[in-house]
Amino acid sequence: MNATQPITAADGTPLKKKLAQAMFRSKLRAAGLVAPLLAFVLASFIFPIFALMWQGVHNNTFERLMPNLTEELRVWDGLSEPTEEMYTLLVADLRQNRADKTIGRVASRVNQELAGTRSLFTSTARKAAKLEPPYRDALIKTKKKWGEIKVWQAMKLTNQSLTPGFYATSLDAVYTVDQGFIMKEEKRQIYTKLFIRTLMISGSVMLLCLLLGYPVAYLLATLPLKYSNLLMIMVLLPFWTSLLVRTTAWIAILQSQGVVNDILVWVGIAADDSRFSLIYNMTGTIIAMTHILLPFMILPLYSVMKTIPPSYMRAARSLGATPTRAFIKVYVPQTIPGMGAGGLLVFILAIGYYITPALVGGQDGQLISNMIAYHMQKSLNWSLAAALGGILLGGVLILYWAYDRIIGIDNMKLG
Amino acid sequence: MSGLTKKFVALAGLSAFVAGNAVAAELTVVSWGGAYTKSQVEAYHKPWMAQTGHTIISEDYGGGIAEIKAQVDSGNVTWDVVDVELSDAIRACDEGLLEEIDHSTLPPAPDGTPAADDFLPGTLHDCAVASIVWSSVYVYDTSKVRNWNVPKTMGDFFDTNAYPGKRGMRKSPKVTMEFALIADGVPVSEVYDVLGTEEGIERAFAKLDTIKDDVIWWEAGAQPAQLLADGEVIFTTAWNGRVFNAVAAEDQSFEMVWDGQIYDLDLWVIPKGSKNVEAALDFVRFSTATEQLANQASWISYGPARASSVPLIGTYHDNPAIKMADHMPTAPGNFANALQNDFEFWADNQDDLNERFNAWLAQ
Repeated sequence: MNATQPITAADGTPLKKKLAQAMFRSKLRAAGLVAPLLAFVLASFIFPIFALMWQGVHNNTFERLMPNLTEELRVWDGLSEPTEEMYTLLVADLRQNRADKTIGRVASRVNQELAGTRSLFTSTARKAAKLEPPYRDALIKTKKKWGEIKVWQAMKLTNQSLTPGFYATSLDAVYTVDQGFIMKEEKRQIYTKLFIRTLMISGSVMLLCLLLGYPVAYLLATLPLKYSNLLMIMVLLPFWTSLLVRTTAWIAILQSQGVVNDILVWVGIAADDSRFSLIYNMTGTIIAMTHILLPFMILPLYSVMKTIPPSYMRAARSLGATPTRAFIKVYVPQTIPGMGAGGLLVFILAIGYYITPALVGGQDGQLISNMIAYHMQKSLNWSLAAALGGILLGGVLILYWAYDRIIGIDNMKLG
Repeated sequence: MSGLTKKFVALAGLSAFVAGNAVAAELTVVSWGGAYTKSQVEAYHKPWMAQTGHTIISEDYGGGIAEIKAQVDSGNVTWDVVDVELSDAIRACDEGLLEEIDHSTLPPAPDGTPAADDFLPGTLHDCAVASIVWSSVYVYDTSKVRNWNVPKTMGDFFDTNAYPGKRGMRKSPKVTMEFALIADGVPVSEVYDVLGTEEGIERAFAKLDTIKDDVIWWEAGAQPAQLLADGEVIFTTAWNGRVFNAVAAEDQSFEMVWDGQIYDLDLWVIPKGSKNVEAALDFVRFSTATEQLANQASWISYGPARASSVPLIGTYHDNPAIKMADHMPTAPGNFANALQNDFEFWADNQDDLNERFNAWLAQ
């Protein structure tokens, strides 16, 4: 046989080609199996996230609903006196919005930029049909505020559909026509404080979970089966219990007339009229969240510890290490993938928590997620909610990147 | 079943069928849950279903117009009638999210007074019809023995020297800031004028500063009664109907202080694009008739929005000893120093004040 001739299959085609065909078919089959999931993730996860993120920098309510005024506002310098022409176009747009029942949307949008302008728009629109030229005087006669330059500046800002304004608000700054970004005064700053507090609380919950979960996972992995099964059930039972039930149970335990305080008074550690405040503050939030998130730390740790052969520890001991030294030098390094996975899981879940802080948080247990929920459900300022969410997402991605650089994502074991 | 009864049932079914626009509709009515929804089911839903042959699915929600907006914007409206607060009704109407309701089609009072004159002032709007008047008050528990003078005014709520202990308040600037100004001596008629100025806002926060360390903030409507029953707080702000229900149905010994109460309305609205507009309108007309509003008042202590319902208010549904009229926010003994929630002020300033309120909390 000629050595240079390629090996062929039974039907004469080169084996390499035949193999590629067979592989392609199986690859296609695999892709076909994954396709529904991929489509589902794209449609229900990736697309909505990008759509929402887009809202954080883009809001065209004003431009869309005030078509006459929009061009004129764009060329206006934002500082000179508004012209009669601008007032005329404004009245035309107000009349149209009144007829279309869309004035509320415009009013809400401008009100986000300048508080107190909502009723200015809605009430003027109600009277817009009866107004007569010259419109500047007519409008100012209806409501004095129309003569104020800051109302027009607010309109100019909202007229800009692609805007950094929501991200500025999320960082306690104001985006202005003439001065760019300026920080809000101290007593009005809220979001940066909440971001920092969210990171601090999530960090402490993660550390507490690690401290409490590590010994439990160790016992689970090393005890004989009949004890470890019982222990496993004790870990999983609360895990399967409703979040609300567990949160309210903590209220019953920690409140000032609750179980813990009653025992402390009975023992004599606390006086009856000065019981400890264990709930409706940051302490309560951290305790309840730690309890709720603990299984997310224990389970990955357990799955890693289960795979560590006991012979490694015995080898370390036989080479002369003390039990502590053998544990620290041999056992702990092997559990790092589990610690990383559990830590990351707990931290990321904690960052987005909002029911527990809402119920037991009181005044200093509020997290940034509570503000996002407020802007989604109550104020309907979805753009600001998107901007706050975008910053939170960015923060998580940075942490993930840092984790990858320091520990390596390949090391993570979720079970 | 005898032949005659069979025929009778068939006939009854047929008449219900004909009465209900030829097809029996399934109406989704959304409200706030708990004792309040129960009062609506007993006074409105059941008799309306019996009369028309339609069915009602009752759902609970937590207020706000986010869900209505999401349904209308996406074109998939599944709610037919929703119970909302006044400021939300006005706002949703301005944004074109609601069907308009023609007031002339609302049933007149039994004596023939047209609906427009029979409803209390400010309770009828382009897209909304009010059913009840409810109120925010503060409450204490008389079963806990304390050496104090019986609290009588809003000022007492803020007086930590005479009344030491924790207080429950709703974690929201709405109502909280008005209470602070009333306690600080602002007459109820001037509260919103003062709150509209920078000094007024500072003044309200300064008053709140005096009790800040003693406040437990609640968010869900069921929380205050629980806080008070557990002895967590000595006072708490609450909604009067919930307090009444805790007293009448759960034998709690709560006492309300009506001084400085802030009252507001609950209204029916119909989301734009509801698939059962005709049936929904019929339900709104039925439930806001004089008799139904008076009936609801025998289940919960919220005042009816029609003048002609007031004389018909009877006793609590399972305890004839409780005269409901005495427990209404609008009863003469309770109404002496009352403030109506200014929906326009809050529509303008809600977001701004909420940010400042949260910043104040975080300090």
